[in-house]
Parts: sequence; C-alpha cells; structure tokens
Amino acid sequence: MTIEKLELFEVFIRSKRGLDHKHVGSLHAEDHEQALEYARDVYTRRSEGVSIWVIRSEDICASQEDDSESFFDPSDDKPYRHATYYPLPKEIDNM
Amino acid sequence: MTQSNSKQDLLTYTVRLGDDAIILGHRLSEWVSYGPFLEEDIALGNVSLDFIGHAQMYYTYAATLSNEVGDKKAEDDFAYLRDEREFQNHIIHELPRGDFAYSVVKQLLIDLYNKHYIEELKSSNDETLSAIAAKAAKEVTYHCRRSKEWTLRLGDGTEESHLKMQRALDDLWGYTHEIFEQDELELRLVAQGIAVDSASLKDKWFDDVKAIIEQATLKLPTSEWAVRGGRAGYHTENLGHLLTEMQFVHRSFPGAKW
Amino acid sequence: MANSDLTEAELEAAFQEKIDSEQKIEPKDWMPEGYRKNLIRQMSQHAHSEVIGMQPEGNWITRAPSLRRKAVLLAKVQDEAGHGLYLYSATETLGISRAEMIEALQTGAAKYASIFNYPTQTWGDMGAIGWLVDGAAICNQVSLQRTSYGPYARGMIRICKEESFHQRQGYQIMIELALGTPEQKQMAQDSLNRFYWPSLMMFGPHDSDSAHSAKSMKWKIKRETNDDLRQKFIDQTAPQIKFLGLEHPDKDLKWNAERGHHDSGEINWDEFYSVINGNGHCNRQRIQHHVKAHEEGAWVRAAMLAYKEKKKKQYQVD
Repeated sequence: MTIEKLELFEVFIRSKRGLDHKHVGSLHAEDHEQALEYARDVYTRRSEGVSIWVIRSEDICASQEDDSESFFDPSDDKPYRHATYYPLPKEIDNM
Repeated sequence: MTQSNSKQDLLTYTVRLGDDAIILGHRLSEWVSYGPFLEEDIALGNVSLDFIGHAQMYYTYAATLSNEVGDKKAEDDFAYLRDEREFQNHIIHELPRGDFAYSVVKQLLIDLYNKHYIEELKSSNDETLSAIAAKAAKEVTYHCRRSKEWTLRLGDGTEESHLKMQRALDDLWGYTHEIFEQDELELRLVAQGIAVDSASLKDKWFDDVKAIIEQATLKLPTSEWAVRGGRAGYHTENLGHLLTEMQFVHRSFPGAKW
Repeated sequence: MANSDLTEAELEAAFQEKIDSEQKIEPKDWMPEGYRKNLIRQMSQHAHSEVIGMQPEGNWITRAPSLRRKAVLLAKVQDEAGHGLYLYSATETLGISRAEMIEALQTGAAKYASIFNYPTQTWGDMGAIGWLVDGAAICNQVSLQRTSYGPYARGMIRICKEESFHQRQGYQIMIELALGTPEQKQMAQDSLNRFYWPSLMMFGPHDSDSAHSAKSMKWKIKRETNDDLRQKFIDQTAPQIKFLGLEHPDKDLKWNAERGHHDSGEINWDEFYSVINGNGHCNRQRIQHHVKAHEEGAWVRAAMLAYKEKKKKQYQVD
C-alpha cells in the first residue's frame, strides 16, 4: 500500500506563548492524534514550539486566485481604515 | 557493610541502568532509514536518541563514582571498552531489531516497565539517580503513548499485522521475567532506599500490559519459558555482535579522541 | 476579471512580471506548465537527496566512536529525514503526491544527488560529508532561500537554519582527527581526498553545459549559477583545509588576486557522468535499500489504514 492513502495534515505551531500559530508544513498520518505526535517529532526537534495544531489538509477551504480581485481589491480603496490616513498636527507627535 | 563496598554496589547498579539504555538505544538506531515511512523513521530516531541520552547520564554518573572507588573510568569506557561478559543489561534490550511488530512489542513491554521503574527511581535516596529519573520520566511517558497506540493499530489492524504482533509477543514474553528479579546487590541497594524494588512493580506492569494487549485483540502468552541472566553477564549471542560493531572504531585507535 | 478570460500569453506575462518584481509564486497561483514541471523535478530531486543521503551516514551510526558522536550523528541523519519531509511536503503543493515521487525515485525516473552513490568507508567520511557535502549543499540552499516559489523558499529557510549544525559537526570531526594521532590524521586526509572533488561536482555541470540553467534563472527558481556557487565553495573551503593542516586535493589551486577568487584545477567530468550513469559504488545499493524499507513497511501502512476504517465504523455504530 502506498503512502498516499495516509491522510495529509497541515501543521501549525505556536513558537512561544503570546504568538500566533504559524503554518510550518504538512505530514502524513493516520489520524489527528498520530498527526500531532509526528508534528512534535518532525517540526519541533529543536524546541520550536509550545503548542501544535494539526488539521486535515482537505478540510482547509482556501480562497482562489480567481477570486483575488473580488476578494482583496475592494479594500485597496478604503485607505480610511488605516491610521496613516489621518495626519496628526505637528504639535502632537504620537498617538 | 563498608562505605566503599556500598559505593561499588551503587556503581555497578548505575552501570547496569546505563547498559540497558545504550543497548536498546543502539538497537533502535538500527531503524534509521528503515522506517515504514518517513514520519515514523524520524519518530524512531527520537526514541533512540532518548535512550542514548539516558545511557550518557548513567555512564557519566558511573564515571564519577568510579573515581571515588579508585577505578578511574570515563563515560565512554563503559560503553566501548567492556566485553560481552561484563555488560549487565537485561536480555530483552539486546534482542535483534526484528520487524516493526517485534520492535513495537518490545518497546511496549519495556516502556511500560520503565514507566513504573523510573517513577520509583525518582524517589531514590541517591540524589543523582533521582535527578536522572526525573529527567527521563517525561520521555518515558511519550514512549508509552507511542507504544500503546502502535500496539492497538497493529494488533487490531489487518490479519497480517495481528499475526505478526501475536508472534512477536509470544517470542518476547519469556524475556520479561528477569526484569522483575533482583540479585543480592540490588536487594542491598533496595534496603538502602537507592535501587528500585522491581519485583514490586510486576503486578502493576502486568495490569497495564494486559489491558493494552486485550484492547489490541491480542492474547497474553501462557507458555512457561523464561530466559534469565543479563544482570550476571549471561547473554544471548546477539550482544557480542552488537558490541563488535559498536566498539570497533573506538577499539581500533586506543586512546584516541573523537 | 477572472483568469479564464486571459490568454495564455497574457497569463504568462503577468506571471513573469510577478517574478521580475521579486514576488513569490504561491501554490494556487497560475503558473506555466514548464515552471511547475521544472519545480517538481528540482524539488523532488532535492527531497530524494535528503532521504537517500540518510544511508551513507546511517551506515556509521552503529559504529560511531563515542556516545556523543553517536547521538550527534543520529540527530543529524534524522534531520535529513526531516528535511526530506519538508521538501516532499512543499512539492506536494504543486499537485503531485509523495507516493508518486517515491515511485519516480524507485524506478529511476527521478534523480538524487549523485554524491550519495559514493561509499562511506571510514569514520573520517562522517567528517568529510558533514563538512564538504553539507557545506556544498548549504551554499546551494542559502541561495535557494530566495527562490521564486514560496513553499520552496520557506522550506529552504527552515532547512538552512538546521543545516548549519551539520557542517560544523562535520568540521569538528575533521579537527579532532587532524589534530589526533598520525593514524587519525591519515584518516582525515583520505576522506578529504575522496570527497573533495565529488563535492565540487554537486554544483552540477558548468553553466555552459547545464540543460536546465537558463530557464531556471529566468524563472528565478535558481538564483545563482552552478559555477558561481561552486566558486564560493572553493573559496570558503581553501582556508578550512589549511587550518586542518591537510594537503589540498587540488594541486592546481592558486589564489588569483585579480579575480579575488581561487583558480582551480579541472573537475573530472567523465567520473561525474559515469557515477550518475550507474557506475558508482552504491547506486544500486541505495535504491534497493529504499525499496526494501518501503516494501517492508507496506504491511504497517496497510494495518494503519485498516485500523482507521475500523475505528470509523465503530464511531458510526456508537
């Protein structure tokens, strides 16, 4: 039997407390528990993490390149969402 | 009993624990590049590294003790400059790597033993042994988890995997008796609160093993055979070959540094 | 406007524009078929090299001369497995499965670094491989941290972080040997002699003879040419050999002040192609070893799957 019948999992690691979990790669495993253990063995050999998430790759719903214009371009013309849109008077140098 | 005799006992006991760890760590390292898939290859490497690390801790302590009894030895001398008859590991550790089922069952039996053994060693009167045990305990917990899950998967997997697991269990069972038996030396140390009273662990260990074996749809062996002698340096023929390989470079260049 | 409205040429132009402006290409982006194929070829070859590379060093784990060396070597070989896995994982984002890649390796359709067809005969070879072979690999991988495909670049960053210990532990083995007994020093020299030239060959043929170079550079899959990377390696290795007090295997090596680089002797390319084409000492052994491990693991993988199905059914009944 080939390795591809094992499920593919994506691995996310929180490198230290206070930081987000970050995608680090994927691996093959039978189920979530085994995926967690392998993630520990494969991706944290040098104490890279304090917490691990694994998720079935097929359970990830990703935005499509085709959608990128309708998804992301509209926010390009909303500069008022950014602090830099609002100039501060010279007298006030920090807010 | 004199102070120095007691120190000699402690030294021998520490070396025995080191022997168990290095021989098993060595066997596990034979899996590198032979794992059933890449993830498991890496995981096996981690377990092997854990045991080699335990051996280093025991032998380093043994080296300190050897200085105190006037027999100056270094950590590596214990691993590389002793012969088969001088090694005092329990025999189960020296058995061949075998197939994956054989390794899984061997690990299950040993890991569950270590779980109780290391837990007891944590409260040894000897501070260094107790500290080593505290460090090893976390790793042992992880080993048990792995071994249990693999036993369930393979025991209750396919007909082929079930058969392989049952055969491995039957082939290994007779080596589990001696790990609960103690010689005079260990009994003296048990009396001083230094060594673990392994005989007292057998029931707990048996219950653990039984529960997992049954859940894995396997049968506990009922046959009566038992092989003994590891602590007295009385080994199977496997150990000599292992040592030949392990010690060859070290012994070819006496006194060299690496 | 959706992609489907664009012609192939327009898509390719937009793609090249991304590349030219140093933007990374990500898995779901449109990419030319040639780019995908080229990446799969290079990345899977890279992954296979890590995995096959476990064998020559794994060959010495059970014989390492001290407990510390044993642990370090095992950790290192285990890292190779990890790196193989990172790279398979990154390659899978291009729509090929690990099983297909393994199949390609085992049937000879995919290649791995030919350096691993050389046998490891002494403990000194563990030093030479860590120092020279990993050293050469690192030169290449540092450059690839800037490769245009996102998952590959990120994998390289991760790998480079871990690899630097590999080269150092190798060089440290060489230092111990070179400063040790005359027999040890001889062992170091012998290993250097056997692994120096093959390490130079790892960078691939001269740029003028390299089949894939031009396109790979245009697509920024490769960031530096074979010859530039090789020169970097030659320059950094020369003083390291000197420090060890060993004889340099290249008798023609000379510092060229004008170029600011070493001039060096010509590589024996006949040997290079001969080893690639199956005449190395270990070509067959390496693949057979891989196939054996894979086949011996088949029942384990089958059992895992069966167990999972059983659990699923149980769960449904409960």
